[in-house]
Amino acid sequence: MELKTQPFILNIGPSHPSTHGVFRMKVLLDGEVIVDMEPMFGYLHRGIEKLAEGRTYTQNIPFTDRFDYIASMMNNLAYVQAVEKLAGIEVPERAQYLRVIMSELMRIAKHLLAVGFLTSDLGALMTPLLYMWREREKIVDLFEMVSGQRLTYNYMRIGGISGDIPPEFLPALKKFIKEMPRYVEEYDQLLKTNEILLIRTKGVGALPADLAVRSSCSGPMLRGSGVKWDIRKADPYLVYDRFEFDIPTGTVGDVYDRYRVRIAEIWQSLRILEQAVEQLPEGEVCAKVPNLLRPPKGEAYSRIEAATGELGFYLVSDGSIAPYRFRVRSPELLNLTVLRDISIGWKIADLIVIFGSVDIALGEVDR
Amino acid sequence: MNHWYYFVDLFAKVRTTFVEWLQSFDLPSSLIIFLDSLIGITLILMIVFPIVMVFIWVERRFVARFQLRPGPNRCGPLGLFQPVADAIKILVKELIMPAKGDKIVHWLAPVVLFIAALMVFAVFPIGKGEMGVFTDLNIGILYVVAIGSLGVLAIFMAGWASNNKYALIGAMRGVAQLISYEVPMVLSIVGVVLIVGSLQMSEIVGKQTVPFILLQPMGFFIYFIGAITELNRTPMDMIEADSELTAGYFTEYSGMKFAMFFLGEYINTLAVSILVTTLFLSGWKGPFLPVWIWFVIKVFAVFMFILWMRATLIRLRIDQVMAFSWKFLLPMALINIFVTALEVLAWQQWMSGWESFPWPFIFVNFAVAGILILIWARVFFKTGGGRIEVGGYRARNSQGYGVNPQAPV
Amino acid sequence: MEGTGLGIAKGMALTLKHLFRKKITTQYPEHKLEVSRRARGQQFVWRADLCTGCATCAKSCPHGIIHIETSKNGGNKYIVDKIEFDIGRCMFCGLCVEVCPYNALYMGRAYEQGRYSRRLLWADRETLMDPNIQPSAYGHPELEPQIPEQTLLVYDQICKETVGKDD
Repeated sequence: MELKTQPFILNIGPSHPSTHGVFRMKVLLDGEVIVDMEPMFGYLHRGIEKLAEGRTYTQNIPFTDRFDYIASMMNNLAYVQAVEKLAGIEVPERAQYLRVIMSELMRIAKHLLAVGFLTSDLGALMTPLLYMWREREKIVDLFEMVSGQRLTYNYMRIGGISGDIPPEFLPALKKFIKEMPRYVEEYDQLLKTNEILLIRTKGVGALPADLAVRSSCSGPMLRGSGVKWDIRKADPYLVYDRFEFDIPTGTVGDVYDRYRVRIAEIWQSLRILEQAVEQLPEGEVCAKVPNLLRPPKGEAYSRIEAATGELGFYLVSDGSIAPYRFRVRSPELLNLTVLRDISIGWKIADLIVIFGSVDIALGEVDR
Repeated sequence: MNHWYYFVDLFAKVRTTFVEWLQSFDLPSSLIIFLDSLIGITLILMIVFPIVMVFIWVERRFVARFQLRPGPNRCGPLGLFQPVADAIKILVKELIMPAKGDKIVHWLAPVVLFIAALMVFAVFPIGKGEMGVFTDLNIGILYVVAIGSLGVLAIFMAGWASNNKYALIGAMRGVAQLISYEVPMVLSIVGVVLIVGSLQMSEIVGKQTVPFILLQPMGFFIYFIGAITELNRTPMDMIEADSELTAGYFTEYSGMKFAMFFLGEYINTLAVSILVTTLFLSGWKGPFLPVWIWFVIKVFAVFMFILWMRATLIRLRIDQVMAFSWKFLLPMALINIFVTALEVLAWQQWMSGWESFPWPFIFVNFAVAGILILIWARVFFKTGGGRIEVGGYRARNSQGYGVNPQAPV
Repeated sequence: MEGTGLGIAKGMALTLKHLFRKKITTQYPEHKLEVSRRARGQQFVWRADLCTGCATCAKSCPHGIIHIETSKNGGNKYIVDKIEFDIGRCMFCGLCVEVCPYNALYMGRAYEQGRYSRRLLWADRETLMDPNIQPSAYGHPELEPQIPEQTLLVYDQICKETVGKDD
């Protein structure tokens, strides 16, 4: 005789200890197995795209900090590159190398946070999280030395960066690069062959490669499914074509593969950092740009490889001091659209883990 | 009375001196027994509550040291008054009772848990000779196992009386987990009992010239994991997980009733630590130092090991927890009993006892345990890591629900 | 050998190793870390002698929190009658400091400037000219040698005064 059960709706509400922000999911459960899921976001919508149409190009830079507030220099960089493309401004070499150094440090910081919170969602009592946070603290100290703040940096300017690095930055950075491999190996020792992690994350939330490509996923979600696509290699910006680095990929696209891809990207970022620090030239750090910039009429789209995927800015200018249209291609929002398809059939505990592995920051999803 | 001897087994001496003092008066013997038992009850409470307060403090400071931070250090020097602050906070909270819940059952659930947790302490051997905390029953271990199972009833009552579907789900999960870990735990105790030949707790300690952890490594492993699960500690604490939805069976409890659940969990931890010490780590035995210092050291060592596991490990999902018990621990426990029985037979037939020459048996036991774990872990992982699926959801296809082709069958 | 519990044992050995390392936290209100020299704190410092009332800072603020009222004194120069910053709405981006052509505006370095009412969060003329506020070197690199160095965790510093001793 077949067991007769009735599905019920569960609301994983906006404020919840394990969603990374205010995010709501309506889940249709059959016992403990998910049969349908509906994500609802928009609780942090601030209307930045509309606000930006009333402010000049330089005044918009602090607003771009507030998108993905965990890795905020990358948002600055993508926006500033779009404006430079629109106005045809040339960036000096030292500024480009410093931008690369900052981007890679931000990538390491964001991946550390992502993996740390993934283990916290899995149930480890914040111990791996605090170990990773110690390394992130060292990176954030470096950023504080350069730009003055610890979360929203406002560091990139149109035509370069806002201030040159102080003389104690490079020794501290070199010490960090020298010590970091030992700590990453410690994280591997703690997590890589941990049997409980293996049985909880292997095979969970597997994302097939063609579904990932069709849904415009990018970043570690796409690379975890085996597709080798990285904008730093496919469409190089800044000076990335002068460095040697690999693109790590996974095979199946489950939570374990994405976690391994993130740790492998930390290794590659350390490689890029070493090369950039060696090759850093002297020179100016900002091109001469008028305060109220009036780019010629036209449009420009520029994209970078942010920590979670392809972050793109589409700007339309009508010749005045403020943009006519300011549009963000948000990688985390597009990555989130596959959440329903990859979590059906798994259990509630797995849903939290899959959601943690997509790694969102609500500021970017909702803008 | 020799003062050095009095200092050595302090706890045992307190009771005997009091009884002798009472017998110097001319009282009827039933009254003496009654007063003696009152002393015993007071002794249980005097041992349990201070140590539980120390456990709460040790837990927070010790787990914080793993995380490279000091832990609470504001309430008093070294944070020693933190448990007092926690107790005051819980006591002044309002007692909430769900309107349609069952009032009597709601009130009784923490009481049952507390009683079950405290009653287990009656037979623990903490001094030399035939001395339990309260009494030394000749069926000591059977009493412990029986009373320890009452805690399951308390969880079920708590979940039922809350009139909250999520609390009920959490309570059902908890009950399933606790019942399924009772079986391997009891079977591993059978191994120890086979070697000792008696159920009396003081006999079990008395016969451990070599600690039984060396003679029964597999039994220790199974018992320890079962004990951690009975305590709802990581890695099996998903019924009190913060990062999942159902807040557990004590959602609707606050104030003093919640404090009784909270304290009951720590009292259970103390009981389990004492049991592990008694059964496997040779109780109060040890060279040089007085007996009760060894006892305290061993109990705290076991507790710190439990905390170490809590600070490091990731929690398992409920179906993985059940699969681990039924598919992994239970066959191991049965094979353990089989091997132990063979050894006991060998000792009775060809040797006069094992005390004289235990080392080959230690070696054999470790080898058997190691090989079993290696082989069985391979088999366990190859069969999917212990996934238990309820077949019903697949049939929903026809009703139009989405189906993920990657989900396991 | 994978899958037999060795991974868990390695993880637990790592945690045990961390038990013997130094703490990396600071007992906050008693021992404070030193912020960076270019810290964009929650205060502003205004040099009345250098300011000409051009209000470039007010025009460059994304939120419009700077309120400046000037009047001509019959001569060629402006006199600044009223200058107020609404620190409650400020996001401390530092654009006003960078863009001032006469280097008359500095940011402060303090970060605990909460007040009990929103009205108290407006910085008026006296607050802006307060000589006790230490200016930060954000946008003013000539001030860098006078400001103490930042506490960096990468050199194992957790607090300048009492390294490793809290509790």
